[in-house]
Formats: sequence, structure tokens, C-alpha cells
Amino acid sequence: MSTARAIAAAVRSGERSAREVTEAALADVDARDDTIHAFLTVLRDEALAEADAVDATVAAGGDPGPLAGVPIALKDNLCTRGIVTTCGSKILDGWRPPYDATVVELLRRAGGVALGKTNMDEFAMGSSTENSAFGPTRNPHDTDKVPGGSSGGSAAAVAAGFAALSLGSDTGGSIRQPAALCGVVGMKPTYGRVSRYGLVAFASSLDQIGPFARTVEDAALLYDVMAGHDPLDSTSLPVDAPSTLETLEHGVEGIRVGVCGDLIDGCAPDVRARVQQAAEALSAAGAKVEEVSVPEFAFGLSAYYLIAPAEASSNLARYDGVRYGLRIDAEDAATMNTATRTAGFGDEVKRRIMLGTYALSAGYYDAYYAQAQRVRTLVMQAFDRAYTSFDVLLGATAPSTAFGIGELVDDPMAMYMNDICTIPSNLAGHPAVSVPFGTGDDGLPIGVQVLAPALAEALLLRVARVLESAAPTGGSQ
Amino acid sequence: MSTEWETVIGLEVHCELQTVTKLFCGCRNAFGDEPNTNICPVCLGLPGSLPVINGQAVELAMRIGVALHCEILPSTFSRKNYFYPDQAKDYQISQYDKPINLNGWLELPDGFRVGVTRAHMEEDTGKLTHVGQGGRINSAHHALVDYNRSGVPLVEIVSEPDIRSAAHARAYASELRGILVATGASDGRMEEGSMRVDANVSVRPKGSTEFGTRCEIKNLNSLRSLVRAIEYEAARQIALIESGDRIAQETRHWDEAAGRTDSMRSKEEANDYRYFPEPDLVPLVPDEAWQERVRAAMGPMPADRRSGLVAALGGTATEAESDQVRAVVDLGLDALVSAAAAAGAPASLALARAANEVASGGDAGLALSPDTFATLIGMEAGGQLSATQSKAVLGELLTAGGGDPVALAKQMGFEALGADTLVAVVGDVVAAHPDEWARYKDGDDKLTGFFTGEVMKATKGQANGKEVAAELRKLRG
Repeated sequence: MSTARAIAAAVRSGERSAREVTEAALADVDARDDTIHAFLTVLRDEALAEADAVDATVAAGGDPGPLAGVPIALKDNLCTRGIVTTCGSKILDGWRPPYDATVVELLRRAGGVALGKTNMDEFAMGSSTENSAFGPTRNPHDTDKVPGGSSGGSAAAVAAGFAALSLGSDTGGSIRQPAALCGVVGMKPTYGRVSRYGLVAFASSLDQIGPFARTVEDAALLYDVMAGHDPLDSTSLPVDAPSTLETLEHGVEGIRVGVCGDLIDGCAPDVRARVQQAAEALSAAGAKVEEVSVPEFAFGLSAYYLIAPAEASSNLARYDGVRYGLRIDAEDAATMNTATRTAGFGDEVKRRIMLGTYALSAGYYDAYYAQAQRVRTLVMQAFDRAYTSFDVLLGATAPSTAFGIGELVDDPMAMYMNDICTIPSNLAGHPAVSVPFGTGDDGLPIGVQVLAPALAEALLLRVARVLESAAPTGGSQ
Repeated sequence: MSTEWETVIGLEVHCELQTVTKLFCGCRNAFGDEPNTNICPVCLGLPGSLPVINGQAVELAMRIGVALHCEILPSTFSRKNYFYPDQAKDYQISQYDKPINLNGWLELPDGFRVGVTRAHMEEDTGKLTHVGQGGRINSAHHALVDYNRSGVPLVEIVSEPDIRSAAHARAYASELRGILVATGASDGRMEEGSMRVDANVSVRPKGSTEFGTRCEIKNLNSLRSLVRAIEYEAARQIALIESGDRIAQETRHWDEAAGRTDSMRSKEEANDYRYFPEPDLVPLVPDEAWQERVRAAMGPMPADRRSGLVAALGGTATEAESDQVRAVVDLGLDALVSAAAAAGAPASLALARAANEVASGGDAGLALSPDTFATLIGMEAGGQLSATQSKAVLGELLTAGGGDPVALAKQMGFEALGADTLVAVVGDVVAAHPDEWARYKDGDDKLTGFFTGEVMKATKGQANGKEVAAELRKLRG
């Protein structure tokens, strides 16, 4: 599949029809997604209808928008009107939202074509997409490996070429880590930059929607369409989002890059080497590259695994069998609640609900939840300190290349460690991006991560664009 | 020996705010509509939905704070987590550790001051209807939920445990009700649940400074229930303690028909609500200008309006007049009295008519124009209408929803009786009742009423009672 930019340009000029693009994409999904399992729902009729509408606009001399006819895959925690939205969980069995998420509406308005809903770890809890109630997604680069998670389906859909673009959500790394493992670009915007209205909540203070793409330019294109204030989300920032596309090619001359050992040292040797190589590439492109130490990042993981489950324990309370989704009938409401939740949630979700409930309980709140919030403040202050000397930070995205399906399922702690480099940005609410940068010793993709201060998406993507153009194409080293 | 006991009472009053829309969404805030018609993804707590605060609700909450002499502070919302089918999200968004209004007081008409701990904002739940044999929770076989009330804005006003008698509790609730109506925050209708009162009741030996164990009494649907429940509960607690038992801290349900409180749940069964800051909302910081606008837009409170009426009475009021002043202000009829007094009519007469005849006319009294009322009272005071005629005209005005008292009096045949006719009729009545006249002449003044009544009969109420009495005195010599 071509890039989103190329497709949109061709569709807008009338050179290709959106229907033709969509039909090709659907045929490709039909042919290959049995193996990869990126999609939970393929929106065949709906996608063709949207494509036809785009074509009609073009035929009438109108402009369908910057995403004209571009097939886009949506993580299945984004609400789509009348279309089953599962969050990878049995508990939402058959639930069809009566409304579209704000981002879904924005994509449609920009001419995008929603191709389908992608697989994910249940309620976005996981780093491998193996926690989906509907079976795992496989990494298109090696189908014995995981695609990462929790937005594994969206990462795989782009990596496999099913869709030019996809949307994921990133609570602790759920866009960037699968992007790294699947060899695509994945970006988490500033918290509040993209509306969360219609994103089924995992951890409300950390969740953020972001783009997957095969190129930085495509990621910027999709981000630009989504960014901006939404009155339906009280945490949406009431500021204009400047275009990132316009400044994308401005380079990194004079940009101060902090190579952050705390986001590198714990990683596999091949990952460390690639990050080093990326630092050199930025230096070669004119950036001022220096090492920086932010030891507070080490506490991020522990804080995250208290704050996120605490919020999740409350956010997921509503799945009680009363109003929608699964219901296991019983003689009274309380027994029905328990039976429904016991049957409807998977192990990892239950584990986090219990963890979060405990962290918020009377007598434990101060020691766990409140303490974790203090650590969060500490991490934010550490970022602020680092950004007095640097414009962006550079580190690894994930500690290793993609691991094998089944390899970590029985070791939750090892699985949680996958988020160690990505979590600090979520705690601080800052933007960060993973850019493919060569492969590891096993020939699988490696991503390097660029981190920037709040609202600095334009700079973030400029740096990512330089890395992309300098990325090694061959094997390891 | 017997201990003298003191009852200690604190009241928690939930007041539904009369906003156009709900607290966090655009649904209509209306009582009595078809079930589940005023609902949307937000107040149904559908996955992906997010709350947005209603400015009108904030404004009404601030008005309540101003009226109760509270500090108005920057505030935050928290989540109160508990499972219940009427709770759409299985948590309630409520202000917890940082409420909008703190540290106020309310002065009762007798001058007693009750501390107001806080007055905070929260959302209401849906409404459960238990369907089954008895319609009671324990005999129901299923329940229906109406979410029209879900998300309706509430302000909860918590008093200090300053109240020492059921009568004072009643006075507090009644005064608070008047304030809530005067601020425009509420219609104050206890029977429709727009104002709900819970009472925390404990007893202690008189003179003790320590509080006894308290019970919270729910389901108080009228001021009468409030008084009865407190009296019952205090007696129950005293009897328990005197028989050597201990009071269990618990929530108790007032059974109006049986006239007793029953245990609902004990402290041990009480929920751990796991409060934590609501991550979907940002802090609420009403700036000075907004607060000023709110203060400036507020009319006088009931206490000021009572003072105004007493001033119109000449600065003092008899006990009966004080009761009338309270009743008239409670019912919002004080504008009638003020208008009549301003037009030069005796305030005491206007007050009596407003507190009796107008008050018994229900809502019709609120529709009566102050000018019309003032004209009528002027006619009565000036002797153009007798008391009986004046009441009859007033009755017509209330039934018809207004009118011209002068024209109406004419139409009803209430021409003032000529002086000669009056003298003649009085003479006839005296002649017809020689025994009574003899007793009256001997000084039995009680017979004034008898003769006046006879004259009224003879003139079909057209005579002026005062003039009749004067004529009788003249005849007696």
C-alpha cells in the first residue's frame, strides 16, 4: 500500500478512486488477515459507502479533505456508531455505541475511510495483544512473534500494509511499543491535545489517542487532523494545535538532544546500539547531542502500575451487566454483577482491578495511590529540569525486539517491564514518538524514541523525520 | 436516679438544582418525564463518554454558598466508588476534600445559629423502582431503573451537629428550604424529592461534651417525618442506653407508616468508597468577577424579607404576627404584603389576609399581582369593603388568577352600606333580641359578636363589622 499522502493526493486529483483503494485494501485483508489477525471487525459495506461518498465529492468538484480515500484502521476501544466496539473484551459482547468518538468524526470529515476495528489487549492492558479475548495478533515481520501491545492490531494493520494509517491509544506505551516491534511510526501526543471523547477509558489521566503510520509524514498528517480542542473533553487543552506537517522538513540544526541513559541502559545490546547510532545520525544532521541522566525515570514504572490500575478499577466498574454488554443472570443484582464480571473479564484485567482497588482502599490510599502521585510529580519535575538544557530527549522505545507469542504470558512483571522506557512520558503528559531505526540481531525491527516537552509535537516530528531519513535499511549494525 | 438526656442532631440536605440541563451533559433536567427519555451517553455512563461541568449549576451552588455565608473556594471533583444499579458508572462524581463552599452558617428565625460545614456539588443517581409483591426492596423480584435523574445536579448541605431538638431541626430544614427557593437554586419540594433530608442523631447525658454514637436516618420525606423520626430515634437510643445496651453506628430507614426507624446497614457493612480525584474533570476555579456577578444578581434572603415585613408592621410583631410573617415569607407571598403596605394600607391587615386567605389558596397566591392585592386591602382598610366581602373578593381573585377588585366588588353586589341603612338594621336586630340586648347593656361584651353576626345575616355580609360594633356601643350609651 502507498503512503497516506500519496493515496489522498491521487484521490483528490481524481487519479484513483477511493472505492478502488478501499476494495484493494479489503481484498488484502481478506487474503492475509487470517494469519495476522489485526482486525476484530472489518467494515466492508461501511468502508465502501464512505469511499463512494469521497468519490462523489471529488466528482462534484469538491475536496473531501487531507485524508481523502485513505484506509484507516481503528483500535477497538474507539467508539463507532452502530458498530460493535469490544475493547478486546467479552464483557462488551455485542455492544454497539450510539455515537462516534470525536477522532472518528474528525477522520471522516477529513475524507478518511474506516477500514475496520483492530485487535488489542483487553481494555488496553498489556504489551503483546495476547490479552485479547479474541486471540492474539501476530507480528507481520514474524508471525511467531507478538506485535507488541496494547495497540498491537493497529500497529500490525499498518505494518502488514492493510491500512495506510491507524489509530491507537497510549496509556503507558501502547502506541510506541507496538510501533517499535512492528517497525512503524507510532506517536503519543501531549495529554489533552487529542480529544478522548469516545475512547473507552483505561486510565483517564494517562490515556491519549495517537497515530500509527509507515512514514513520519503520514503520522504528522493524521495527527494534524486530530489535534485541537474538543468541548466534549474537559481535559482537552483549549489551545490551537499548530500544523506539524508544515515544519516537518525543518531539520535539527542547533536542536539540543539529550541522550537519556535511563531510557537505554536496561535494554538489549542490539537496541542500545541502534539508539547510539540514532544519536550519531542526529549529531551528523547538526543537532547538539549530549548525554543526560534522569534517574527519577526509574521510579516511573512503579508509580504507573499503581495510578493506572487505580483509575482502571473505577473506570471498569460500569461493566456490571445492568445496562449493556454481557450479563450472567442471577437471583439478585449483586450476584449478577459478580457473575458477569467474573465471566466477562480476563485475568490481566482482573489483576489490575484488584491492584487498583487495593491501592485506593481506606488505610492504603496514602501509602500507594497518593505516594504514586507524588512520584509522578517527581518525574514531571525531572523532565522540567532536563528540558532546561535540552529540547528533546532520545532513548529506546522497547527493551528488545518482538518476543515470542506465549513467551511472557505467565510472567506479568517481565511483561510490565516492556513499558519501562515509555511510561515517563505518560506520567508527565508529554508527547513522544517511536521511529523505526534498523533491525536487531534477529532481523526484527527496532524503534528509537524521541521525547519532547508538552505541546512540542512539531519539534518532536521534525526530529523523527531526520531519524527516519537516516535510518539504516539493512541488517544489524 | 435518672439521667437527663440531650439530643444532638446534624442534618445533611440534598438539594436538586433547578438547572435547564444536567450537571455533566446537555440532557434536560426535568421531573416526571417518561422514564429514560432524558438520557445520553454521558448520563448513562456509556464507555468512552466524558463529563463536562454545567456553568449554571456552578452558579446556583455559589448562590447557595453566598446565602449560607460560606467561603467560596477553588474546588475539585472526586469519584465515590460503589456498585448499585441506579449508579450508571458505578461511581458518583462528587466533591470530596475540596468542596466549593465551606464554613458557613444559617440563622434560624429565633436567632439560633447552626454551623454549615460545607455545601458541595455532586450528581444524582437514577431511580430504582422495585417491582414485586410489596414494592419493597426485600419482597421485589425485579427492579426497573429510570436514568432521567442520573446526573441531575445536587448540592449537599451538611450542617454541624449544632441542633439540639426536633423542633430546631424542623426550623433549620424549613429555613434552608426558604433560602434554597430564594436563591433560585431549588423549588424546595420535599415530596418530589427535590429537597431530601437525612438526619444524624445521637444522644448524650446533658452537660457532656462528648458525642454519643450516631445513627443516620434516611427517607424523611416531609418536615413532619423529620420531627417524628428524630423524636422516635432519640427515644430509642435513650431506652437502649438506659437498658445497658450500646448504640451501633448505622444507617436507619424511617418507616412513616409504622412510625419507627429500622436498621438499613451497619458501619461494618458500610462501603469503602475509595474516593480519588476525578481525572476526567479539571479543577473548578470561579474567578472574582464571576463570584461578584453571582452576588450582585441575588435577591434578599428570607431573614431579610422577614425583617422587612416586621419593619412594615412598625418595628415589632406579636407572636401571632411573627408566625404569619414566617409563613408568608416561606410561601413567597411577602411581596404582596410589602406592596399593600407601600400603598398605605395597614401592614397587619395585609399580613393577615396573605397568611390566611392567600396562603390557603396554594399556588394561586403566587400568581396574584401585588398591585391587585394592595388595591383590595386598601378597599377593606378604607371601609369600602367589609372583612367578609374582602375575603370573598380575594377568593374570586385567587380562583380567577387575578382581576380588578373594584369591578369585582361591584359585580358581586358589595356596595358599601349607607350609614342610615346600617343604623336602621342595627336598630331592627336589637329590637328583635331583647334578652341579648339586656345582657349586652349589662356589660357582656361577648354579645358584640352575636349582634354583628345577625347584622351580617340581615345585610348579606355588606355591613362593616367595626361600624356595627361602634353603632352598638353608641346605642348602649
